[in-house]
Amino acid sequence: MLEVRDLKVNYGAIKALHGISLRVNQGEIVTLIGSNGAGKSTTLRTISGLLRPASGDILFEGASIRATPPHEIVRLGLVQSPEGRGVFPNMTVDENLQLGAFVRPASERGAIAADRERALGLFPRLRERLKQSAGTLSGGEQQMLAMARALIAKPRLLLLDEPSLGLAPQIVQTIFKIIRDINASGTTILLVEQNANMALRVAHRAYVLEVGRITMEGAAAELAQSDEVRKAYLGHG
Amino acid sequence: MDGLAVGSLYALIALGYTMVYGILKFINFAHSDIFVLGAWMSYTVALCAGWPQGQPTHIANWVLFVLVAVGVAGGVYALVGRLRLGKIPSGAWTLLLVSGWGFSAAGLVLVARALFAADQKLVAGGVILLVSMLTCGVVGFSLERLAYKPLRKAPRLNVLITAIGVSLFLQNVGQLDWMFGTRPQGMPALLPDKVLATFGGTPGATAGSWDVQPIQVRLLDVIAGGTSIILMLALDRLVFHTKLGRAMRAVSFNERNAALMGIPVDKVISFTFVLGAMLAAAAGFLFGQKYSGLGQPAAAIWVLLGLKAFVAAVVGGIGNIRGAMLGGLLIGLAEMFVKAYQSPAVVDIYVFGILIFVLLVRPGGLLGRVGVEKV
Ligand SMILES: Nc1ncnc2c1ncn2[C@@H]1O[C@H](COP(=O)(O)OP(=O)(O)O)[C@@H](O)[C@H]1O
Ligand SMILES: [Mg+2]
Repeated sequence: MLEVRDLKVNYGAIKALHGISLRVNQGEIVTLIGSNGAGKSTTLRTISGLLRPASGDILFEGASIRATPPHEIVRLGLVQSPEGRGVFPNMTVDENLQLGAFVRPASERGAIAADRERALGLFPRLRERLKQSAGTLSGGEQQMLAMARALIAKPRLLLLDEPSLGLAPQIVQTIFKIIRDINASGTTILLVEQNANMALRVAHRAYVLEVGRITMEGAAAELAQSDEVRKAYLGHG
Repeated sequence: MDGLAVGSLYALIALGYTMVYGILKFINFAHSDIFVLGAWMSYTVALCAGWPQGQPTHIANWVLFVLVAVGVAGGVYALVGRLRLGKIPSGAWTLLLVSGWGFSAAGLVLVARALFAADQKLVAGGVILLVSMLTCGVVGFSLERLAYKPLRKAPRLNVLITAIGVSLFLQNVGQLDWMFGTRPQGMPALLPDKVLATFGGTPGATAGSWDVQPIQVRLLDVIAGGTSIILMLALDRLVFHTKLGRAMRAVSFNERNAALMGIPVDKVISFTFVLGAMLAAAAGFLFGQKYSGLGQPAAAIWVLLGLKAFVAAVVGGIGNIRGAMLGGLLIGLAEMFVKAYQSPAVVDIYVFGILIFVLLVRPGGLLGRVGVEKV
């Protein structure tokens, strides 16, 4: 479904990605793990068209999107919930959800309402706070809002950038359970995480990113057993 | 009353400053020139439409020439694109849109002419207002495309300096003989005016003295204030209750996250410029009706009006749409009271005094917040 080929990305003179390749197949949860500054967000931003690669290519359903503008990439069904959640704090929860449906034509009103109900079903806490401004939500609620909003955009591939960042363990559990639910109902997911422990538990396959290079890849369960990963990312000596 | 009308006009102009600042975080110095252009445009259009058997200035021919040229260029570009790439490039659509927009404005001039002939002055005035808004919209669009868009990633200081440059450019082009020239002109009175009511004031007060001037409610003020308040309510609805408005607010908060919502950021920015320019043009038309004299395009008095509108935007909290409306009304009312109880000569001292006072007490403006700007 998504294929990244030998992607190189620079910030001016700083080289952030030194040529990474990865693929995501229909129906999978694939996780990209790595420590702070490894280049995970850079990868997602480039896939979404916010950054342009210096070289390499990105194929979505077989067609290159390396020159497609970000707003059109969303229309193709490649939707990102960005790092730091990216909710609009000066708008209400409801308005944020409506922005999620921005790419969908008014003629889909019925389907949008149904998707909205489904998203609110996954995150019932949001329903109680629809009229509240998003800036007054807790971190966990903002993360839920970001995910619900992305779901309303009707993603075929959902990109999640560190959904567990800064959240209490209890909430992290909830979020990961919902990630699994979303996937079970047919949405393919590329999950970027520093929390390798949780990510490897929900994902089918995984890639390990270290300072701009992919150093390991394989089935998530196998990587979780490997010594290097256990040492570097799972806190086991 | 006078104060409310003038204040709402300040507010109209202030909205353009504040919307552009809200999205691009720079002060569009050329905005007050768009406002002056709006006044001159209405004047020109009124002449073209046959007021009062006046002769169209050269500019009418120029505008037509440019429209045709842009339209032809767009057509050729579209055709070439069609043949070479198999699809019409978006640049061609832009050119066609601009020229189509211009031609509808030209068509409206003919409508205004017919209305004049039928002696429907008020309606003709409305049409002229519309034409002036449309033309200034095109100018705002082109300015953003040509001058500001290439600098989207440049440091803000560069953009600011460009804005000053654009402002000087507009002022000087406006003074060219084949444009509006340097001679002041009398603005045709398109809107009816009469005193509706008079009250208060020291008996036998004379202007410029310390006597309290009587307060008059004039029809023109009611129309001008009413028109601008309708426009502001429409804008408020657009921004706070429509999909497009949500997109504008999202872009203004964070362009990158807005793009991730599938919002075409560049188009929203263009639209914001067009909207701001159209409101400024409306203010230009209405000020023209109120003061009925047009100085040369760079005349200090008109520039000062634009500057006071900018003060209104800052006082209200720059970047905040409702703040701009509040700031405009506040400045207008303050002016009115100073004029009534003191002298028109000292008005500006108070206006800028308010600015300094507000900035000292609430640096972010009345409705603005300090430190919300994200990096
Ligand atoms: N806007 C930027 N300008 C310059 N360097 C950046 C920018 N964003 C990220 N980087 C650098 O690129 C590298 C990868 O960053 P990032 O993709 O954010 O990592 P991660 O998401 O894995 O923590 C880091 O070294 C970071 O300092
Ligand atoms: Mg990151």
